[in-house]
Amino acid sequence: MKEHATKAAAFIKDEARTDWHDESLWFVRSKRDKAAHDIPEWEQLRELASQIKDHTLSHLDEYLEAFEAKAKENGVTVHWAADAAEHNRIVHSILQEHNARRIVKSKSMLTEECGLNEYLEEQDIEVIDTDLGERIIQLKEEPPSHIVMPAIHLKKEEVGELFHQKLQTKKGATDPQYLTEAARQHLRQSFLQADAAITGVNFAIAETGGVVVCTNEGNADMGTHLAPLQIHCMGIEKILPKAEHLGVFTRLLARSATGQPSTIFTSHHHKAKEGGAMHIVIVDNGRTTQLGRPDFRNSLKCIRCGACMNTCPIYRRSGGHSYDSTVPGPIGSILTPGIDLKKYSGLPFASTLCGSCSDVCPVKIDIHEQLYKWRQIIAEEGHLPAAKKQSMIMAGKVLSRPGWYKAAGKSARWVTRWLPRPLIYNSLNTWGKARELPKAPKESFQEWYRKNRSAS
Amino acid sequence: MSKAHILKAIQHNKPEPRPLPDIPGFESSSMDIVQAFGSTSAQNGTRVVNAADFADLESALRTLFPDKGKIASTLPDLTSEVNLQNSAPDALVDVDIAVIGGQVGVAENGAVWVTEADCVHRVLPFIAQHLVLVLPEDRIVRNMHEAYAQIKIDDTGFGVFIAGPSKTADIEQSLVIGAQGARSLTIILT
Repeated sequence: MKEHATKAAAFIKDEARTDWHDESLWFVRSKRDKAAHDIPEWEQLRELASQIKDHTLSHLDEYLEAFEAKAKENGVTVHWAADAAEHNRIVHSILQEHNARRIVKSKSMLTEECGLNEYLEEQDIEVIDTDLGERIIQLKEEPPSHIVMPAIHLKKEEVGELFHQKLQTKKGATDPQYLTEAARQHLRQSFLQADAAITGVNFAIAETGGVVVCTNEGNADMGTHLAPLQIHCMGIEKILPKAEHLGVFTRLLARSATGQPSTIFTSHHHKAKEGGAMHIVIVDNGRTTQLGRPDFRNSLKCIRCGACMNTCPIYRRSGGHSYDSTVPGPIGSILTPGIDLKKYSGLPFASTLCGSCSDVCPVKIDIHEQLYKWRQIIAEEGHLPAAKKQSMIMAGKVLSRPGWYKAAGKSARWVTRWLPRPLIYNSLNTWGKARELPKAPKESFQEWYRKNRSAS
Repeated sequence: MSKAHILKAIQHNKPEPRPLPDIPGFESSSMDIVQAFGSTSAQNGTRVVNAADFADLESALRTLFPDKGKIASTLPDLTSEVNLQNSAPDALVDVDIAVIGGQVGVAENGAVWVTEADCVHRVLPFIAQHLVLVLPEDRIVRNMHEAYAQIKIDDTGFGVFIAGPSKTADIEQSLVIGAQGARSLTIILT
């Protein structure tokens, strides 16, 4: 895999586009701030959400069993999948059983993680993503670049050209209203023809055996209520004990994600519609392993709001695709190393450790601390790239020897003051690439202190 | 097979038991909840009107939707032009206006709780071009905690909080009303 830094370097080559991407996301972050500040008990809600998740994770087996028992009572068929391959096989077998060939799907990061679309398409099953952003990137044959706004990296001109080719919209048309209307008409046909609807799950309630699906477009509902078969795919960590806990999480989710007081549709599914069938697939795919890592199990509290991405100075300026991970951004950088440490060893370094992600996280995941912990593990297990490893060893030596440290400081001060620009700002000095190095003072603090304080 | 395997892995890996916190009432100062409901709804792009300003429901609809169109009503005091009991869900695709009773309104976010018992067909509030929800004013609560205390989410097979017309901002963050569901939401307070 290419390092995040390499892919990010390609992304930022287009400076105007980088700025545009940065501003689009900061706009969403600002809306989140306003929505959060409107709620006096916001911090209390975050703490409650974190504690509810702590409790649920510490009794996860019991809650999953209670959930399954209740769902079965409701006439729902429940399946368990250890990994992505089993998840895909199960979904495929349910579809076969119902002779379903045309599928509409609403947004689900889990099915993205499992590669469900590709798998089903290989079995000659048509899958239409119905969230507008997801449909756009599906037509463009790209992965999502954000978990809430999958097509945030695309400009309306690009969407216009894509729709002109695929949905026969007018050449050169870029008005979002017009393009959305074209998608609406196209997707309505898909909803009416679908044999089955697949959705992700935002919350699953142990007490009632039901699942909650949140959308703004209403696409998950158009799918599940029209198709005779509905399948909901969920990770094991989506469980909440009781309906009353939804009060806490629904207040946090949309405000954190987009700054709305609520998603437009918060749908609670407990039983199949008359004459229909409802299935739930519960998936592990590495989550139980993450649960066993005390330093990282907090990442399982994530409710996939995307706030950490919108606020991250690295994500905003490098784009979701540079992470090469289903869930990008800060939360993705602590989740994916747990799945494949070697492949994703670069991700915990795609951060300034500024901590803004942890500050906005609605369930108080200590994201930046986990990024730091992953870095230590990656270094210990020998996954650091050679250049980084050497400079770390060197830095370690210098920082642990006062004499070396003084000498290094002195030479750095001399170098930045007296060497000609080309010798400092060259390809060897990545720190000087897009920024001016600070003007070094003549003396170090220690020298200054000795002169001004020791004498008095 | 996998079930036993997953549960075993959880038992082995889960942390020490942690307590389940109580959710407090979040008593706020005197808030005019009907007014708050109106203003959050307006922010969501919902039109809120008072039933008292119209002679009856039928004249309200005539005024609110001058172009009228095909009405599907689940309320006894408004004639439905679509026989909902005898229609297949996909036949509702040409419904212009769906009129449905809402059970609980939420002041903090403008959401209204609707169940399949209120809709006849689950898809009705989504597939209609325009949605009208009729909600008694005294059924408005302050926040989602109070809302969940009022309802029973598994009373029927399906229930939904609806907080505005279907919308998207997936193209360059430009807000577009009318994505896959209803293009407009009107709430008539009774």
